[in-house]
Amino acid sequence: MAERTAPATRPVVTGIGVAAPNGLGTQAYWSATLDGKSGIGRITRFDSDRYPVRVGGEVSEFDDTEHVPSRLAVQTDHWSHLGLTAADMALRDAALDPAGLAEYEMAVVTASSSGGTEFGQREIEKLWSQGPRFVGVYQSIAWFYAATTGQISIRYGMRGPCGVICTEQAGGLDVVAQARRLLRQDARMVVSGGTDASLCPYGLVAQMSNGLLSTRDDPERAYLPFDADACGYVPGEGGAMLVLETEAAARARDARPYGAIAGYAATFDPRPEPGGEPVSNLRRAVTGALDEARLTPDQVDVVFADAMAVPERDRLEAQAISAVFGPYGVPVTAPKTMTGRLYAGGAALDLATALLAIRDGVIPPTVGVRATAPACDLDLVRTIPRDGPVRTALVLARGHGGFNAAMVVTAT
Amino acid sequence: MTTFSLDDMRRIMGGCAGVPESVDLADDIGDVTFVELGYDSLAVLEMAARIQQELGVRIPDDAVDEMKTPQAAVDYVNRRLAA
Amino acid sequence: MNDVDTRPAARRRPIRRPGAARPASTRHERRVVITGIGVAAPGGIGVRAFWDLLTAGRTATRAITLFDATGFRSRIAAECDFDPGAHGLSPQEIRRMDRAAQLGVVSTREALADSGLTSHDVPPERLGVTIGSAVGCTMGLEEEYVVLSDGGRRWLVDPAYGVPQLYGYMIPSTLAAEIAWAGGAEGPVALISTGCTAGLDSVGHGYQLVKEGSADAVVAGATDAPISPITVACFDAIKATSPSNDDPEHASRPFDLDRNGFVLGEGSAVMILEERAAATRRGARIYAEIVGFASRSNAYHMTGLKPDGREMAEAITTAMGQARLNPADVDYINAHGSGTRQNDRHETAAFKAALGARARRVPVSSIKSMIGHSLGAIGSIEVAACALAIANGVVPPTANLHTADPECDLDYVPLTAREQPVQTVLSVGSGFGGFQTAMLLAGGHGRRRTRGTAPKGDDHG
Repeated sequence: MAERTAPATRPVVTGIGVAAPNGLGTQAYWSATLDGKSGIGRITRFDSDRYPVRVGGEVSEFDDTEHVPSRLAVQTDHWSHLGLTAADMALRDAALDPAGLAEYEMAVVTASSSGGTEFGQREIEKLWSQGPRFVGVYQSIAWFYAATTGQISIRYGMRGPCGVICTEQAGGLDVVAQARRLLRQDARMVVSGGTDASLCPYGLVAQMSNGLLSTRDDPERAYLPFDADACGYVPGEGGAMLVLETEAAARARDARPYGAIAGYAATFDPRPEPGGEPVSNLRRAVTGALDEARLTPDQVDVVFADAMAVPERDRLEAQAISAVFGPYGVPVTAPKTMTGRLYAGGAALDLATALLAIRDGVIPPTVGVRATAPACDLDLVRTIPRDGPVRTALVLARGHGGFNAAMVVTAT
Repeated sequence: MTTFSLDDMRRIMGGCAGVPESVDLADDIGDVTFVELGYDSLAVLEMAARIQQELGVRIPDDAVDEMKTPQAAVDYVNRRLAA
Repeated sequence: MNDVDTRPAARRRPIRRPGAARPASTRHERRVVITGIGVAAPGGIGVRAFWDLLTAGRTATRAITLFDATGFRSRIAAECDFDPGAHGLSPQEIRRMDRAAQLGVVSTREALADSGLTSHDVPPERLGVTIGSAVGCTMGLEEEYVVLSDGGRRWLVDPAYGVPQLYGYMIPSTLAAEIAWAGGAEGPVALISTGCTAGLDSVGHGYQLVKEGSADAVVAGATDAPISPITVACFDAIKATSPSNDDPEHASRPFDLDRNGFVLGEGSAVMILEERAAATRRGARIYAEIVGFASRSNAYHMTGLKPDGREMAEAITTAMGQARLNPADVDYINAHGSGTRQNDRHETAAFKAALGARARRVPVSSIKSMIGHSLGAIGSIEVAACALAIANGVVPPTANLHTADPECDLDYVPLTAREQPVQTVLSVGSGFGGFQTAMLLAGGHGRRRTRGTAPKGDDHG
């Protein structure tokens, strides 16, 4: 983008909050992830037996009324509860007291993919079964995509340029890019990331209509990206929130950053022609992000893949990675095999995971995959973590409809 | 004849609008304003809607504006029930 | 200020990857202009019908026809008379797209044709899309819900009735995707969803993409089609919408003492934003330049506004500072003007706080008086109106303003449009979630020098 980022204004991440199916809290999530412990299982939030998709990633430890103050909980959806909780964890982790910062220099930018689906289903059911006067007042502020950003802004008195971006699974990277843009302007601290939670009956049925979900019942065999046996993805809920600051602001208060946002690019795919070969512009996002970070492919230590587990999409992603890094040219991983795809929360969680990998010098594994498909010539980090210095990670994300985003994070 | 008690009101408040962090609804809250308790105008609208649904009384817009305290809401509802 | 760009023409330039670092020695600050406009609004589809309605001061609010609103508190809205087939959408597009997408694609095509921009001018990878929407494809989502739940009878909705495009309805990003396909864009694409400021924020996002060099042109706009039972019911529940069901044409009354809530609307506006030097080189018509954009949040309440308009004033002041403009430079303010008492007071206070004495002399109007409040779309429709006001030298009026509210004591341009030179325009928005946004547009021959005094950029406070 515009000018080269001077070190002082380089955006760094100083706080991480995670609400993931395999761990609530950053430490719980990271331990589970390194242990290869999956959070994917039978969907329990409703009777999923009657649906062809019965396996998902639920944040089962999460108790909405325990983690969110009662007055706030009634006016927000489960998706926002997870977002508010992750944001609170991230601020604590950053040891940053919003009350001590200038109100207009703090902003919130979150991604949403489908809004407050469960809350919305309850209210729309009242409308259609009982009548318009039975729709509650909080439908007007709980369901819409801006609810999480608005509530975090209010909770912490953050009055800067807040925002909401919806690009399905790519959203988690697009919002952090927007946070970075704000830090280059007049913001000093931005809470950014995403969560999603559409594991209610209407949310699941809507997801099923895209034809990309796994219908396998065995949680260990349901989500196998890049595998010859790939059969679609598992939907999940949760995500991550990050606290971003300029490096100068972080250093000034002796905060220890997890890493820096060094490069980013977003592209979009042309509409697929019926029967035609699909065209992916993911590679251009990768090279754009690397160019901006002024890094060459050989300087990248790991790629966190988007990992759809839909054979054709896996092949397109593998081609993009191999075109830039060469066949088997870089370690690739997909820890989301332990959470399912979290939509707006997915790439934000991958970004958090990449930063933890940098901190600890270890690449978390992809679980379940036995052998990569012939078309996927990737060095996939399977089953167990791989040690080694991780200084630079590339995170990839694709949003339904053609959104591509790539972000480079580096050690500071 | 049905009457509407302060305990009924407490149940409705907690049920549809939650409980503010520093408040115990079992306390003597009847004459404390909703604003002081930590309930905003949306919360009061939601309480009014629940009362209408449960008891079938109509609460017009201006009446909601006049419900400044839980006790005022209870009194209004009982007047309507008696009418 | 150097208006002559000596770089080779766009089509001969090596293609820069999006996000690729720019040379550190960029000689020109990249400036962003509007070169094409498309509008699908209540009162008529297309820019001409839209501008005719606004300048005539006619209202397009009426009893709801899109569904049977019996039993609802507010049964009025500003609806588009929209036949997607007649406006160029193919049968497959009509089947696939929800109404918000249809309106957005129709206005995108109009804007692109109006601008004359082709892939020879800006290649697909340098063309971005930023679309605002508050409620996304909620109409399609509700229509399908009704079938899958069999009229609200089943919590465990029946997947056997799920249409293939249902997932696309659940994710609002579909709107940006459809518009990107319609425009052939392969650069950065985003759906911005900051509630009722989304349409202003999306144009602001596009402005930033062009300004920073992430794209050379952006299809920027917004679309919303919220006139469906669930959205009407949710505004009923908080009594935000007008219950003047007996007199729909006069129900949207911003700044009038007898206002009683906003009137829901629908529609879309899309603008083509281009880097100014490239637009000039290809001989594009320039409606206006975007010279300032800032947003703030009130962190106060999801729906409530404080009467002092503090954060909106801060957004205005920041945008003025970016544009290096003084209050005296502002010729017209396009208000949020939703027609709720709290909004009208809030923004009146904000204008006074940000512009001082100038606030009492500058004309302020709300086109929501005529086309209602189309939530996430209205901000873009208002930017379109501002660009047209500059291009045509006409300030659109506030319809239905008959009785002044003593607490709203500015010049709200009641009833009748005014012909006057319009060089610099301020447009503001305010939305659920606490979002407050301000944008400044200036006439096509560029940013006017400030009148003698120092830029007002240092008193952000």
